[in-house]
Amino acid sequence: MATRLQFENNCEVGVFSKLTNAYCLVAIGGSENFYSVFESELADVIPVIKTSIGGTRIIGRLCAGNKNGLLVPHTTTDQELQHLRNCLPDQVVVQRIDERLSALGNCIACNDHVALTHTDLDRETEELIADVLGVEVFRQTIAGNILVGSYCAFSNRGGLVHPHTSIEDLDELSTLLQVPLVAGTVNRGSEVIAAGMTVNDWTAFCGSDTTATELSVIESVFKLREAQPTAIVDEMRKSLIDSYV
Amino acid sequence: MENGMFTVHHTIGSVLCCKCGIPMQPNAANMCVKCLSSENNITEGLLKRLELKHCPECDSYLQPPRNWEILNGVILEQSYPVEYIQRDQMCEHCSRIQANPDQWVAAVQLRQHVSHRRTFFYLEQLILKHDAAASAIRIKETDQGIDFFFSNRSHAVKFVEFLGKVAPVKYRHDKQLVSHDPKSNNYNYKYTFSVEISPICREDLICLPSKVAVSLGNLGPLVICTKVSNNIALLDPFTLRHCFLDADQYWRASFKSLLTSRQLVEYIVLDVEVNHSAEVTIAGTKYVLAEAQVARVSDFGKNDTIFSIKTHLGHLLSPGDYALGYDLYGANTNDIEMDKYRGLVLPEAVLVKKSYEEKRQKKRSKPRSWKLKSLAMEVEDKGRFEQDKKTSEYEQFLKDIEENPELRFNISLYRNKEYQPSEMASVTDGEEVPSVPLDELLADLDLSEDEDGDEDEDMEE
Repeated sequence: MATRLQFENNCEVGVFSKLTNAYCLVAIGGSENFYSVFESELADVIPVIKTSIGGTRIIGRLCAGNKNGLLVPHTTTDQELQHLRNCLPDQVVVQRIDERLSALGNCIACNDHVALTHTDLDRETEELIADVLGVEVFRQTIAGNILVGSYCAFSNRGGLVHPHTSIEDLDELSTLLQVPLVAGTVNRGSEVIAAGMTVNDWTAFCGSDTTATELSVIESVFKLREAQPTAIVDEMRKSLIDSYV
Repeated sequence: MENGMFTVHHTIGSVLCCKCGIPMQPNAANMCVKCLSSENNITEGLLKRLELKHCPECDSYLQPPRNWEILNGVILEQSYPVEYIQRDQMCEHCSRIQANPDQWVAAVQLRQHVSHRRTFFYLEQLILKHDAAASAIRIKETDQGIDFFFSNRSHAVKFVEFLGKVAPVKYRHDKQLVSHDPKSNNYNYKYTFSVEISPICREDLICLPSKVAVSLGNLGPLVICTKVSNNIALLDPFTLRHCFLDADQYWRASFKSLLTSRQLVEYIVLDVEVNHSAEVTIAGTKYVLAEAQVARVSDFGKNDTIFSIKTHLGHLLSPGDYALGYDLYGANTNDIEMDKYRGLVLPEAVLVKKSYEEKRQKKRSKPRSWKLKSLAMEVEDKGRFEQDKKTSEYEQFLKDIEENPELRFNISLYRNKEYQPSEMASVTDGEEVPSVPLDELLADLDLSEDEDGDEDEDMEE
C-alpha cells in the first residue's frame, strides 16, 4: 500500500530514506513527522532507524542495501557506522566501501536478488556488492542515463523506470531483473523515480505531489494491493483523493 | 545499418499522463497537452480591455508609467479576444520639441582657421558616408566652419569622436546651466564642444619651426603636406623623406603653413632629368626625385626666366607638361619661424602637382558622369562675391576628387543619371584628363516602385 508524505515540505522522500525488506533508514529531520509516518507503517515488522551518513541527511542517495546487507560510502564516520551496526539486525552486514563514486544510492539499484550498477563502478566494488548484498550484478544504463540508482526503483515484485525508456530497453531490463517493469513518473511528472519514492515488497512511500494516476501505477506494478476486496476498495478510495484539506 | 554502424532500434513506449491517466508519449513534463494547458493558462493576467496611449508625432506607444516604446504589435499564442483602444496623447519628448523646436541640448562648433572651405567639402562627404550626423537636429554653416546641434549630449560626444578619427583636431567642452529643479536635484545644461581642425591642408607648403624639424629628425624645414586624415603626412620634396604627425603631436607644437594652394602658380616644364636611384613609395604613392628646368607660364615667351629646381614629381613630368607649384622666387613670405633659420637657402620654386588645366579647357563645361550628395545645411545669405568664391572652390574640390584616387576612397560617388557619354573618339592625344572610372560609382538606390533602373550597388575600390 502506498503512502504519500513529505520530508520538511520536500516531496523527494527517496532522498531522505532507505527502505528494504529487513530495515528502514530515515534521516533526522527538524520535526518527528517523517519518522512517525514510517513508524506507524513499519514499527511492528522491521526496525526504523534514524541516522545520518557523513553528517548529511541525504542518506537514501548515499547508501545501497537489501535484506542481506548495507553498503555505505567512505564518507561515513566511525560513529555512524557503529550506530548502524548496533541498530540493524545481526544478519544485515554493514560494509563501508572505498569507491570514487560515493553516492552509492545513485549508482546502485538493487533488490534481494539482482543489482543494476553504474557502468564506471570499480571491479572491487562490484565484487563487494555481489558478496555483501548477495546479488547478481549487471552494469546497465536506463534511458541513456548512467545513474541507474536514481532513475529506477525496483523490489522483488516489480519495478518502475524512467518514462523515456524505450520498449526494447524495458524488455531487456525486465529479462535481467526477472520482474515486471513499467515506465512511469512520480511526484507529478518527475523522472527521478528513486528520489521521489522508496519501496519494498509490501509497502511504498511517495512524495505528496504524486498524482492519483501515478499512485495507481505504482501500486499495480509493485503489487502492493492486498487480495481482500474490501481492502482494495479502501485503498482505491485513498488513492483517488488528491489532497487532504 | 547507417554509416556501417549497427544501431539498436528504439521504440518509445507510452506512459500514463500523471494527471489524467491517459496513455501518451513521454515528454519533458510527462503530462498530456490538455493537462499542461489547463495548468498553465498563459492568458491569465491579460486584460480583456486595455487603453493604449499613442503619440501621433513620433508614432510611439506608452508603457506605463513613463516609458515610450515603438511596438510593432503583440502576438498572442492562444486565441483570446482582447479589445485595445488607442488614445492619442503626445509623449513628453515630442511635446518638448513642439514647445520650442529650436531647442538643442548639445552643440558642436567645428572651425578651421583657413581662408578656403576645401576641408569642409571633404568632411561633408565623409560625414555623409559614415552617417555621423544622422542624429543632428540642425546643421548651420558659418564663416569659418560648421555648427552641429544635437538633442542629446551623447550624440554630440559620438560626433566629436568621429571627427577626431578623421581629422587632426583639438577640442574643449563647456556647459551652461539652463534650469535647475531644487526638489529633485535635476540640472538641465546646454553643452558646447568647440572643435578646431588644424590649419594644415593638403598641398600646403610648410616651413617647420626649428624645434619641430629637429624632433622629426632634421627634416628639411621646407616640407609639403601630402595627406591629412587624423594624421598629417609631411614630405620633404628634395630628399623624399616623409613623416607623420598625429593630432597630439601637431597641437603640442602647432605651426602654420607658409603658402597654401591658393597661391599655386602654373609652370611649364622645359626639361626633366630623372634620378632613378631615388625612388620611394610612400603610402601607395610613388615619388621619384628629378631635376627639372621650369618656367612660369606668365614668363614663358615673354622673358627668359628659367628655374633649375629639384622636384619629387619625376615620375609624372615630361617636357611640355604643365605643373602647379609655389613661386618662392617671387613670393614675399612673412614667417617668424623661417627668419629664425640662419643660412637657409630657399629654392626658387617647389612643384606640387601636375596640371591638367590645358586639357580641361578642351573639355570645357562637360557634365561629369558622377555627382555627390550634400548635407542639409542652413547657409547664411552672403554677397555675390562670396557665392562665386564658394562655387569656384567647390569646382576645384571636384577636380581634386577626379585627380586623386586616394581621396575618393572615403567618399561615396553616385552615378549621375543625366550624364550621357558623348562620342569622344577624337579626344585622344596621348593623355586623357583623369576621370573617375565607372566601377567606382554607386548607383543611387531608388526605392520607388516605378523605377526599374539598376539597383545593383557596385563595390568601391
